Amino acid sequence: MTDMATVPAPVQEGTRRQMLAEFWYYFSENRGAVMGLWVFVLLVIIAIFAPVLAPHAPNAQFRDAILVPPFWEAGGRAAYPLGTDAVGRDILSRLLHGARYSLFIGLIVTSIALVGGIIIGVIAGYFRGWIDTVIMRLMDIILAFPSLLLALVLVAILGPGLTNAMIAIALVLQPHFVRLTRAAVMSEKNREYVTAARVAGAGNLRLMFRTILPNCMAPLIVQATLSFSTAILDAAALGFLGMGAQPPTPEWGTMLAEAREFILRAWWVVTFPGLAILITVLAINLMGDGLRDALDPKLKRS
Amino acid sequence: MFRFILGRLAVLIPTFIGVSIIAFAFIRVLPGDPVMLMSGERVMAPERYEQLTKMLGYDRPLPVQYFDYLTGVLQGDFGNSIVTRRPVAQEFLTLFPATLELSICAIIFAMLIGLPAGVIAAIKRGSFFDQSIMGVSLVGYSMPIFWWGLLLIILFSGVLGWTPVSGRISLMYFFPPVTGFMLIDSLLSGQAGAFKSAVSHLILPTIVLGTIPLAVIARQTRSAMLEVLGEDYVRTARAKGLSPFRVIGVHALRNAMIPVITTIGLQIGVLMAGAILTETIFSWPGIGKWMVDSVFRRDYPVIQGGLLIIAGIIMLVNLAVDLLYGLINPRIRH
Repeated sequence: MTDMATVPAPVQEGTRRQMLAEFWYYFSENRGAVMGLWVFVLLVIIAIFAPVLAPHAPNAQFRDAILVPPFWEAGGRAAYPLGTDAVGRDILSRLLHGARYSLFIGLIVTSIALVGGIIIGVIAGYFRGWIDTVIMRLMDIILAFPSLLLALVLVAILGPGLTNAMIAIALVLQPHFVRLTRAAVMSEKNREYVTAARVAGAGNLRLMFRTILPNCMAPLIVQATLSFSTAILDAAALGFLGMGAQPPTPEWGTMLAEAREFILRAWWVVTFPGLAILITVLAINLMGDGLRDALDPKLKRS
Repeated sequence: MFRFILGRLAVLIPTFIGVSIIAFAFIRVLPGDPVMLMSGERVMAPERYEQLTKMLGYDRPLPVQYFDYLTGVLQGDFGNSIVTRRPVAQEFLTLFPATLELSICAIIFAMLIGLPAGVIAAIKRGSFFDQSIMGVSLVGYSMPIFWWGLLLIILFSGVLGWTPVSGRISLMYFFPPVTGFMLIDSLLSGQAGAFKSAVSHLILPTIVLGTIPLAVIARQTRSAMLEVLGEDYVRTARAKGLSPFRVIGVHALRNAMIPVITTIGLQIGVLMAGAILTETIFSWPGIGKWMVDSVFRRDYPVIQGGLLIIAGIIMLVNLAVDLLYGLINPRIRH
């Protein structure tokens, strides 16, 4: 890592601002994406301030208020705006705290899959040869299984729980990042600026991660958004199957699993947690669409 | 074409071997003693333990064990279930038709709605209809289907009382399985009302399992159609004075379908993952529920065998899709 190797001109403050402005121009053209962004920001605020916003503690049980309907229904109480569940816990408070789990799951799982995928993908795309073949066959093997089934079996091996569910989902999502990174690295590798950096004496590590990688980020960012929503959905699905977060954690999928037996008696215990999952995932997917448009304007015009 | 097939097979075989190694290694990385796990017994005498170890082949080197396992698998022997003691392959074959029937219905449902919706959205690009279709399909794509299933049960079974909550057919009807497909078997049985009962049990699971493929197909059809509509040959066809129906139906649709067919083929992975959730919600006696139940019962030979069979099926379907794609789009072969 010598200073000689600083071939790509350092990005000027001006051009960076210009890039951001251009990005925002395309992103804000997509009304759905902007809406998704606002909802997501709101969710982040809810997650951060959940203990302040929630009227009750998420696991507090009110014995005098079991399966109370939402406030607008007959028998509803203002103290429990969205009703209570079968052991008298306030559903709104649990949902607000659940936002923390979902966003945390999305963030951690995507980070693990992204970082792991990038490292493996850059190695495969940069070195090619047998190491590339081995890596890609391994990824093919992971992709041969339906992702949820593989995650389910992995959790069965590791033991049920949120941490293991997150590890399993990250492992299952990783091959997508590997493939994307590899393809991008392969198309960038023979460009002139890379050769120039190599001639200037840049080592392999520097070429891989400082010279090539920054130019491969666009598809990875879009994939990261998609993974974020997939991670939330899959973690909720595992929670629903009883293999993810364990009760009494106020994770949305786990809440649905606990609510299942009351579905024909108390619609609210089932409806709201699922709605929370749907809104979160939808907001992120809307943002993902906007990001794709903004980062790859060519695609949009077709 | 022959080279193309060979190339695909050259990738497929090592992948399948890798998949089988994972399925084989699975039981050995589990916490606990594989002999105790496989036998399903909690306490046993040392002599019995020794005898079982020999019987199950755990006293031999790992590569030999793997080779034996693979030989068995290639002959259709996936071991026996710990719980039912029946061969895994046999259990799979009894349950698979239920999943297949549900999946076929789901994909037909998704195509029946998704294809026309995507085509119309592309033709009327930017219209209110287009925006609604795209909005709805994004909701469908983001849907937690396990919740969606519960909502449909609340509405159609709870409030309206139109459809049953679970199972494949009402317990009133009993007939021996002929094809394994309830719709066909109920017709063959000749019992009045049996077919209707089978249909009413199938409706909600079909909708739930078909929702995500439906959204994907609608979006993919729209974008493929948009791309084709901008091509020169479509403009030429229009300029020749062909009717809009003919331009779209014959010239545009045929070419737009090429990527869509691939998309539909690739939905099989989505369907298998969806079957796990859908079958659990509706107590549908298929492969998905079988796998979930086995995970809970810690029925390792079933998990192991099921994993391998499902991955094998998905790989074969993907291969078929690849070949079909090469057949209808000769450009890809080179």
